[in-house]
Amino acid sequence: MKVAFQVNGKRTSADVAPDTPLLWVLRDTLGLTGTKFGCGKALCGACTVHLNGMAIRSCQTPVGSVAGQKVTTIEGLGGNHRVQRAWMALDVPQCGYCQPGQMMSASALLAMNSNPSDQDIDAFMSGNICRCGTYPRIRAAIKAAARMS
Amino acid sequence: MENIVKNEKRRDFLKASGTVAGGLALGFYLPSGPRVAQAAEAGSSPNAWVRITPDNTVTVLVARSEMGQDVYTSMTMLVAEELEVDINKVKVEIAPPAEVYINSLLGGQVTGGSTSVRDGWEKLRKAGASARMMLVAAAADDWGVAAARCKAVDGVVTGPGNQRATYGSLAAKAAQMEVPKDVPLKPANEFKIIGNVRQKRLDTAAKVRGTAQFGIDTRIPGMAYAAVVLAPTFGGKVASYSDARAKSFPGVKDVVQFSQGVAVVADSYWTAKKALSTLNVRWDGGPNANIDQASIWENMEAASHEAGAVFREHGDIDTGMANAASIVSAEYRLPFLSHSPMEPMNCTADVRADKAVIITGTQFQQLVPHVVAGATGLKPEQVEVHTTFLGGGFGRRLEMDFPIAAAEISKAAGMPVKMVYSREDDMTHDSYRPAGIYKMNAGLDDKGNLSAVRFHSTGPSISARMFPSVVKDGIDPFSVEGIDNFPYTADGGLRFTYQMHDTGVTVGYWRAVSHNQNAVALESFIDELANAAGKDPIQYRMDMLDMGSTKHQWSGLAAGVAVGPRIRRALAQVRAKSGWGKKMPAGRGQGVAVMEGYNSVIAIVAEVTVSDSYDVQIDKVTTVVDAGTLVHPDQALAQIQSSLNFGQAACMLGEITIQNGGVEQDNFDTYRVTRINEAPKTLNIHFIKSNSVPGGLGEPATAVIQPAIANAIFAASGKRVRTLPYTPENIGAA
Ligand code: FES
Ligand code: FES
Repeated sequence: MKVAFQVNGKRTSADVAPDTPLLWVLRDTLGLTGTKFGCGKALCGACTVHLNGMAIRSCQTPVGSVAGQKVTTIEGLGGNHRVQRAWMALDVPQCGYCQPGQMMSASALLAMNSNPSDQDIDAFMSGNICRCGTYPRIRAAIKAAARMS
Repeated sequence: MENIVKNEKRRDFLKASGTVAGGLALGFYLPSGPRVAQAAEAGSSPNAWVRITPDNTVTVLVARSEMGQDVYTSMTMLVAEELEVDINKVKVEIAPPAEVYINSLLGGQVTGGSTSVRDGWEKLRKAGASARMMLVAAAADDWGVAAARCKAVDGVVTGPGNQRATYGSLAAKAAQMEVPKDVPLKPANEFKIIGNVRQKRLDTAAKVRGTAQFGIDTRIPGMAYAAVVLAPTFGGKVASYSDARAKSFPGVKDVVQFSQGVAVVADSYWTAKKALSTLNVRWDGGPNANIDQASIWENMEAASHEAGAVFREHGDIDTGMANAASIVSAEYRLPFLSHSPMEPMNCTADVRADKAVIITGTQFQQLVPHVVAGATGLKPEQVEVHTTFLGGGFGRRLEMDFPIAAAEISKAAGMPVKMVYSREDDMTHDSYRPAGIYKMNAGLDDKGNLSAVRFHSTGPSISARMFPSVVKDGIDPFSVEGIDNFPYTADGGLRFTYQMHDTGVTVGYWRAVSHNQNAVALESFIDELANAAGKDPIQYRMDMLDMGSTKHQWSGLAAGVAVGPRIRRALAQVRAKSGWGKKMPAGRGQGVAVMEGYNSVIAIVAEVTVSDSYDVQIDKVTTVVDAGTLVHPDQALAQIQSSLNFGQAACMLGEITIQNGGVEQDNFDTYRVTRINEAPKTLNIHFIKSNSVPGGLGEPATAVIQPAIANAIFAASGKRVRTLPYTPENIGAA
């Protein structure tokens, strides 16, 4: 069955079972491997993308449910998004595997809250695990990005 | 795959230059696997670490796996410093397996043991310098002048009379020049790249844009996807399964049995995964089918009454104890832990009749051709290995289960496959940090000073499974770290023993390995002694330090160097920087711990709040690090941030338990790890300035944070928790 939706501003469609998680459609069908698989159960945030601007876990989102809607992945953040600039300025990534999900969460947070407090960051970002322990830099980079225009 | 080594003469030179006396040879020097002397794809290679093309592209080959710890940049910095090139224009490639890349401190092409920079410190600077000297020699020869009159700066050689040639134009000739025998290195005060606090990671841009290629991102032509079901018990085997329904799924290409289970091969991972549930696999549980956590502890406790093998001893312990004014005894228990890096294990394999290509994130690429050969019937030299970025390693990616599985599945299905473990597969089929029992007795004199000490640990040996040749006389050197270098004095007698005890659970090297066990128990116990003596825990440690103590024999580069003075300095600094001893409200406390490991000394003061229900919040962590010269200072900092987080997750949350022969926890809900809201509110990290050789940074702090937290919990609550992790249940029961 064909599911049509928008990814990173382009219309696309995937001929897959509608219960297929968006994660695997992005990665395997569309070749957008920036979005990562970490747990498959909405526990780690590695697969975070935007659906109509909101952060969602793509491993728990059947592709059928995004028909006609707008999906943005790390590839669609543009490379020069203030979150990405802050991430580069602070050398946030270590292994880097969790970071696309971290940045998609952080950019969704900043879109809603232009000046997040430590508590706001804790609340919004605690769904994204980093096993490398980049948390101090993630926190600092979100604050740095908040100061950028 | 690129290469590199041009002739035997050069290879011998490079091998010789990489030999470090005192290195721990693991004894697994393998017969050289894939032939490494194939011609370079393009460009000229003065040696195995540098390739230069006519367009002036300089490529540095990094022979360790990038798993977050920054070898991609820090090892390139070492080469670039002496090569005289702009590091930010250098291209980096991860090297293929080859003998020339063997880690002299470990005896194989292995990434682990916090050795990459220590092993590369001289070797890589010499590689850069040697390449630069050959480029200069080529230019001097062209111009008919003495090499001493030429200079290399920023990728260009200049000579007398404004003569000028780029590295690119000289590379082909340079590769034919004689390899210099005497390769002088810059003194530290001339470093331009090493120690640059502003140096950025060279892999950040790719990791921020989502273009960095991890193993799981591999796509090769004709590739199918494999999902697997693995034996639910340690050592279990497939008894039967039915593939009829799975094969009827649209998109399923094959169902194959392999040594560890059954795989579905399909045109997408999701299709393969869905079809797995229809296989109805029945298992032969194997010899461990009935083990559970209670019986594991019971058997280990029984084994702990054995005498064990002695690994350090002086004086007569019985006399020492008999002479003591008082005796303090304690027993610590540490659980199994999972590595659980964020990228689940995966491997892409293309096995053909006469050749195999393996693409994966491995910490041990040298071993891959050999195990794939064993799994497929090919010869090691027919197996080509490509190492991707690793989405975390922590020791998990030293294992060979995933390359073997992918190779077997590709061979059986007759097509290239990317095999991906689910998180559940990964967490229940890890090689676990061993559980263990640590019994300690200390004799104190009438002033409370340590006069005699007995340490006896019991637990599984990792090396007995992976590298049995390093286990000698009942001692696995990777089971006695963090205690064989005991830094305190006990003049009346000391006896340290280790009782190897297998549990049936697969155990593996886990970040900081046995430092995480021995130093956790020891540094908590020292706190108990200070308390028994009624003394300040930092002062007590300083007073007890053996100022002449030398490092244990395994410490490679710095064997024989006294650590007492370094520990004293780190303790003094952490006392000053942490606000040690300040007045704190009820329910809050500070704890200290210190350790030498990987030739680095780490001292930590943790500050915690313990609630009435024994929930612990980490308020502040002050860390002082003496790791010698810092090659890439900002990433040295990142590695300490990283290991503190990893150690915190272990001691606050980490526990793998066994039921019905298998692992109970299977995802991040049942095996919790630290999240951003649980990270210490304040994290202060200080490096001691030093010009000594670099110490290891990727691991040691992992071990030190744990007893620092335990000791802070004691200070805050009066509860001495000797069973990890430090959960409200375990603290409450203490
Ligand atoms: S993979 Fe989706 S939250 Fe972990
Ligand atoms: S950077 Fe490695 S998991 Fe976050």
